[in-house]
Amino acid sequence: MVRSMRSWVLNYLVHSELARGIAQAATVAVFVLLTAWFAAQRGAASIGEIFVAVTRAIVQILVVGLLLVILMKTPWWTAIPVLAGMIVAAATIAAKRAPEVPRTFQITLICICAGAGTTILVMTALGIIDKQMRMLLPVGSMIIANTMNIAALYLNRFVGEIRSHIGELESAIALGAAGDTAALPYSRAAFRASLIPATDNLRSLGIVWIPGIMAGMVLSGSSPLYAALYQFVVLGMIFISGSITSITASQLLPRNIFNAREQLLIRDAVEEQ
Amino acid sequence: MLACCSVSRTIQRNGHPALKLLENISFFVEQGATLAVLGASGAGKSTLLRLLNRLDEPSGGQIMLAGKNTAEIDARQLRRKVGMVMQRAYLFPGRVADNIRFGPAQFAQAMTDAEIACLLEQVGLAGYEQREAHTLSGGEAQRVALARALANRPQVLLLDEPTSALDEEAKQGVEQLLLSVVQQDRLTCVWVTHDRAQARRVGQRALLLSEGRVIADGSLDEVLGA
Repeated sequence: MVRSMRSWVLNYLVHSELARGIAQAATVAVFVLLTAWFAAQRGAASIGEIFVAVTRAIVQILVVGLLLVILMKTPWWTAIPVLAGMIVAAATIAAKRAPEVPRTFQITLICICAGAGTTILVMTALGIIDKQMRMLLPVGSMIIANTMNIAALYLNRFVGEIRSHIGELESAIALGAAGDTAALPYSRAAFRASLIPATDNLRSLGIVWIPGIMAGMVLSGSSPLYAALYQFVVLGMIFISGSITSITASQLLPRNIFNAREQLLIRDAVEEQ
Repeated sequence: MLACCSVSRTIQRNGHPALKLLENISFFVEQGATLAVLGASGAGKSTLLRLLNRLDEPSGGQIMLAGKNTAEIDARQLRRKVGMVMQRAYLFPGRVADNIRFGPAQFAQAMTDAEIACLLEQVGLAGYEQREAHTLSGGEAQRVALARALANRPQVLLLDEPTSALDEEAKQGVEQLLLSVVQQDRLTCVWVTHDRAQARRVGQRALLLSEGRVIADGSLDEVLGA
């Protein structure tokens, strides 16, 4: 069954798995470039940029593939520094969503550690994530990547809300409100918005899309029922870690845009724009 | 009552030279008096009010309230004593009564329905308690903003061009209301306006700003000309 799903044209021409992978990647790259050429004809994209992006994607994923080959042979605990590195990278990327907020990197780092770090730790301790490299690394990275997106969405929406309601916010401060009280409606709006993708993913699971991990498990020979259940487990963990991240952000961020005198620290940055 | 002594405000900007918004501002307002602050756009009038309410911190100098340096007063307590009405009302979503309750609620104080009704009557909006804030006209919203500031029982009232966003009819009504409230409650008032005629109607003294500096400070005739 799995064999019949593979391209019969390529299957006929190449026999080893690696050669088939190269042939499949090269074929898709040619189609990507052809599509890019058509898009470029209509002024929608630059063929040069897409060529660079395709080359970069192939090189990046090959490097990751080679790293995974090495990592899969190491003991499970080597996943800890790798996942920790991913958390730092995710915090750096998410922090760029709100450079005007003081100490954004520290905040995103705490949020992602609280969300992704705690979830990975607890789920591994409970045995929901197997203590093996082949499970810890891909599932852990999925959780971290999603919490990064949720932290970035929270930051982006929160700063946007503050920018568009600065009059209401400062009216509340001028009446004697504490900063976090004044910012509460905007923090709530950011919290709701940041969890929309994770909630929608749970809601549409199996109806709108069959996610990658399930497809991968089915392709590698797991029972489709177990693959389906585990996909729910993964999306559930993403929702849990995302919610913790967003709750942590809503506790830390509103407080952080004010000083001890409840003066809005990002006002000058907002005014300059 | 309220005094500024050599107050300045400078903001640091990434990749740009520091920007001086106010420089060496000094003035005094007696208890129960109104100081009209005039100046063109960008002169620093609103920046000055923000420092008096401590929405921003002065870079230098001192602001004194009833003989005490405001830097030594807790910022939230100071804001309670120094109320502010902005150019736009910026009412919070919800009912008029919720808006009025907001200030005292920040200090764990509940207002009675009778107190709210009394304040609304004072600003000419008797019976508006249950009206949704977003349904009010500009003039009505500004009256609610005034009632909201008065709910904190301030000693000083800062008015940042409170009638400039209103139509002519609402403008006269709100100006009359503000004058009567200031006189009735014997509030010390700093009234920012760009309208010289309004400054003459509302102030006992005037302060003229230009590019963040005091150009003239004195009686209305001295500053605005006889």
